[in-house]
Amino acid sequence: MQVTMTVNGVEYTREIEGRMLLVHFLRDVLGLTGTHWGCDTSNCGVCVVWMDGEPVKSCTVLAAMAGGREVRTVEGLANGAELDPIQEGFRQCHGLQCGFCTPGMLMTCRALLDKNPDPTEGEIREAISGQICRCTGYSSIIRSVRWTAVHEAKAKEEVAQA
Amino acid sequence: MQVPAPFEYERATSVDQAIGLLERLGSSARLVAGGHSLLPMMKLRLANFEYLIDINDLHGELGYIRVAADEVRIGAMTRHRELLESDALAQVFPIFRDAERVIADPVVRNRGTLGGSLCQADPSEDLSAVCTTLDASCVIRGSRGERVVTMEEFHVGPYETAVGDGEILTEIRIPIKPGKSGSAYAKVERRAGDWAVVSAGAAVWLDEQGQISDARVGLAAVGPNTTGIPEISASLRGRAPDESLYELAGAIAARSCDPVTDTRGSADYKRHLADELTRRTLRGAVERASAVERARS
Amino acid sequence: MTTVSEKKLTEFEDNDQKPVGFGRMLRKEDARLLRGRGRFVDDVQLPGMLHLAILRSPFAHAKIVSIDTSAAEASPGVKAVVTGETLKGLGLAWMPTLSNDVQAVLATDKVRFQGQEVAFVVAEDRYQARDALELIDVEYEVLDPVIDVRKALEPDAPLIRDDLDGKTNNHVFDWETGDAEETDRVFAEADVIVKEDIVYPRVHPAPMETCGSVADFDPVEGRLRLWSTTQAPHAHRTLYAIVAGLPEHKIQVIAPDIGGGFGNKVPIYPGYVHSIVGSIVTGKPVKWMEDRSENLISTGFARDYIMRAEIAATREGKILAIRTNVLADHGAFNGTAAPVKYPAGFFGVFTGSYDLMAAHCKMTAVYTNKAPGGVAYACSFRITEAVYLVERIVDCLADELEMDPAELRLKNFIQPDQFPYTTKTGWVYDSGNYEPTMRLAMDMAGYEELRKEQALKRAKGELMGIGIAFFTEAVGAGPRKNMDILGLGMNDGCELRVHPTGKAVVRLSVKTQGQGHETTFAQIIAEELGIPPDDIDVIHGDTDNTPFGLGTYGSRSTPVSGAAAALVARKVRDKAQLIASAMLEVSVADLDWVKGAFQVKGDPGRSVTIQEIAFKAHGAGDLPEGMEGALEAQICYNPSNLTYPHGAYICVVDIDPGTAEVKVRRFIAVDDCGTRINPMIIEGQVHGGLTDGVGMALMEMIAFDEDGNCLGASLMDYLIPTSLEVPDWETGFTVTPSPHHPIGAKGVGESATVGSPPAIVNAVVDALKPFGVRHADMPLTPSRVWDAMRGQATPPI
Repeated sequence: MQVTMTVNGVEYTREIEGRMLLVHFLRDVLGLTGTHWGCDTSNCGVCVVWMDGEPVKSCTVLAAMAGGREVRTVEGLANGAELDPIQEGFRQCHGLQCGFCTPGMLMTCRALLDKNPDPTEGEIREAISGQICRCTGYSSIIRSVRWTAVHEAKAKEEVAQA
Repeated sequence: MQVPAPFEYERATSVDQAIGLLERLGSSARLVAGGHSLLPMMKLRLANFEYLIDINDLHGELGYIRVAADEVRIGAMTRHRELLESDALAQVFPIFRDAERVIADPVVRNRGTLGGSLCQADPSEDLSAVCTTLDASCVIRGSRGERVVTMEEFHVGPYETAVGDGEILTEIRIPIKPGKSGSAYAKVERRAGDWAVVSAGAAVWLDEQGQISDARVGLAAVGPNTTGIPEISASLRGRAPDESLYELAGAIAARSCDPVTDTRGSADYKRHLADELTRRTLRGAVERASAVERARS
Repeated sequence: MTTVSEKKLTEFEDNDQKPVGFGRMLRKEDARLLRGRGRFVDDVQLPGMLHLAILRSPFAHAKIVSIDTSAAEASPGVKAVVTGETLKGLGLAWMPTLSNDVQAVLATDKVRFQGQEVAFVVAEDRYQARDALELIDVEYEVLDPVIDVRKALEPDAPLIRDDLDGKTNNHVFDWETGDAEETDRVFAEADVIVKEDIVYPRVHPAPMETCGSVADFDPVEGRLRLWSTTQAPHAHRTLYAIVAGLPEHKIQVIAPDIGGGFGNKVPIYPGYVHSIVGSIVTGKPVKWMEDRSENLISTGFARDYIMRAEIAATREGKILAIRTNVLADHGAFNGTAAPVKYPAGFFGVFTGSYDLMAAHCKMTAVYTNKAPGGVAYACSFRITEAVYLVERIVDCLADELEMDPAELRLKNFIQPDQFPYTTKTGWVYDSGNYEPTMRLAMDMAGYEELRKEQALKRAKGELMGIGIAFFTEAVGAGPRKNMDILGLGMNDGCELRVHPTGKAVVRLSVKTQGQGHETTFAQIIAEELGIPPDDIDVIHGDTDNTPFGLGTYGSRSTPVSGAAAALVARKVRDKAQLIASAMLEVSVADLDWVKGAFQVKGDPGRSVTIQEIAFKAHGAGDLPEGMEGALEAQICYNPSNLTYPHGAYICVVDIDPGTAEVKVRRFIAVDDCGTRINPMIIEGQVHGGLTDGVGMALMEMIAFDEDGNCLGASLMDYLIPTSLEVPDWETGFTVTPSPHHPIGAKGVGESATVGSPPAIVNAVVDALKPFGVRHADMPLTPSRVWDAMRGQATPPI
């Protein structure tokens, strides 16, 4: 079957099997290997991408289901050389170690901040609770999100003052 | 990574079209909504279908929460996140928000739907327990029209529902009974996002004198089906709520359920939880009902 | 039982301090990982690449009667179907394990654990490969399995390893350490003896990236390139040369970015060999990536020790001796990854941080019909088990003596003036100063206040527990006089080149799986040479482009390879000094090294920077007589001893008396890993290990039913902590440098995984004191805690 979807602002049309998982479409068909996979049962969340603006586990979404929809992956976060503030937050606060869960974490945390620009520790813990990180123990991820929130608020204030 | 066996993908854009597809394809077809129960099973090859009919486009038609004076109607494609975030729903049935907070995880809740959860009919499934607690009924539509069944009728057995070939669950209806009501949900899980070791929901309705006019308790993960316990309702009606009553209800819950020992816990422990969580949720439900009263006065 | 923190942190540690040397520094590897531009094994795409899937045994113990692959061979896209019989013909059906046992690459005679490799398919895509597995028809004759480890040595137990000549039982080895007679004598005279059976259940490292490989065999050149999820690329290369009979210089093993290892990626798994065979057979590159179930059921598990612990003490609380008897479940093949002379790893440090009169351990290891493995999950070669044993039994003793567990520990610590300290099991602790570490942890926790709070809560029927663990680790294997893996001495090489413009490249034998080697090793070189870390490239993970060494596990990168990096830099600096003396026309003795430059003693105005020296080393004009050009050096470092980091951990838990759910409220970790290279990275390592501890203590376990079916075969069943089960970690540190390590560093990668489980279990048991509980085994799930509350605690196996 043929599927057409927009990924990071670019429209792609490809011939696929109905059973192809979105994560494989992104990785194997489009070569966007930033999105990873880590389990078969939608428990680990390393495969999180956005579909129509919401984080979803791309190992449990068929590529066909994403047809006609907008997908955003970790490759679509940075603006050229400039990191998205959430990426910068993870960099500043050591929010990643092996980097395997990081793309999924980044997508979820970006979505959280878009909805709730000033989340509490508890809200951040809740938001990432469907995603397993084996390296960081989560504290530094929470700091990364808070760092981003604080810096985005500051940036907004500066723009408003200007 | 596990991948499903081959199947044909179809996408339905209206309920009628979905029913047409189901009729044409028969039992070789299966509807997929959020897919978070079905697709993992298909990947592990515990379930195989020739056709998968994607009904996510029906969200416009079946994604709604309508709170009227005497009834709440929720479309089957309403997603967990929408149930969690709905203030209108939380106001009449706070049990939904309690339960949704502990169902799977936020990302899964972005996709999973009420209808999908009920149709999975897993004995550990939380929304089935919520709907049982609230005495909900299910609207099932086929080419010959709609029928409405109770939760007891809906759950035929573990992983089995009253939805037949060529039919689709479209809506859940929950009566809003007169009087002050409160509801609550509690779940013990080994870890966030895990299926329940045991969970319990309770709803109570108080009359003018503050006596219980009706009460319902629904349990999950303690038997082959999500269990409503009529004996509890019978024992509580007409009585003033107090600790001894919760204790009585807990005792009934413990002896009425039929849990098994597994990696989540021993049967004894689960029976204990049926008791403990019944008491907790009843207590919580009564507190909420009373709070409504205080708010009104 | 989740409580939602309303905290909104607004102050942040400044990690971007750009040190030229040690200190907080942002990681160099993050630039690619944050953009989704890391390159993990499954990201490798080669032209014409095929995909491999493995058929695994559904039974724990069964004879293979027949295998019919004809339908699979005819399946769309299938290029090859390989069985054990095919491999037998090539002499590849069996391979050596890291413990001098053998393991089936594909089963030929029978299967010995659920999930064992039976056949593999190579097809054009991964979906086709998976489909074809369904079409392989295997007829099994099911045999009785050995699942209960306690019954493995019974005379009528089914024989698992009938492939081994003359083998008549399921015995793997007996091992003993310490002085049995002396220990018995001390026990006989002791006032108090406490005994407890303590189980450390089977758990799994489960890194987020599963294991996998891409093999590309070029038949014309006879050359194999293998991208692989390996923590030890050089050791793997040598073993492939031995297993597959390929000449070692024709094998290139590349470990690209690795999505977590934790010991899971130390052994060679059959799947890696399959991909090599698949590539040889098809003439195409072949990729194998295991799925999560395969990872959990077939690759290196950890622990699985049943330990009888006994401790002897005086009535006043002076600990005299510890003895233990251990039954070790090694699974179907002895695949333990440990130095050859240490079949029980470094379990010998079970004497802990205490000054004892005697100690003794006797261990028996057996085969069972379970997956092989045994040393993994950040265990520092079984130190996890040892520390759990001693820290649990010390708490039991405190309970018996009705003494505060902190006080009991403080009373028995090895004293600073006793270092180097030789334990009763023969380990030479290099340095330590335990009391300040313990006191700092107690101060940070507000220990006295916590005890008061606990007393108030107990009076109200609330269950609050405070748990302490104090550990000493032995890391950095190891001195080659007694440590090798399959005959390979446990040393590590390092190469450093300073380019003409003063930028540098350092090549390591070890391999990061998230530890941040690309940053910390640049910092070590920076500290020694004064070249900014950003000007230093760290190359690792590619056997063609790095010196030989044994890889990253057992917290050995900093103790061994980190020492190599410091020493290679010093070698370069020595040469630089000679050049500087020529450049400044003074004698070598008249030069002072001021980080980054040599200056003339007493005349700071006259100096040359390392960058100027580098240019001179490559530039025009003569160098000092007899000196070669360039500024580079190579080294292979052989440590004289292990390093012995220590730490004090305090955990506070609350237990819901109605549901028995445990909530970790606080966790205070004070680590002493000697010199700290990058505190940001150390804290991160500690956080991760503490989370492992919460997992093992409260939820993680690979369980089996009586037929040998694995009950933890997916992440639905094998539970790993999420952000909601762990607290915001509180960390602190003391610094007791290692006297024999060139920069005094000790290694910290596994400290928290080792130290946290006993702290958490001790806290839970402490909370359950009102119920008379002295011990309860992990995992402390609500159901098991509830059992303990009713006096019905049972071992998990």
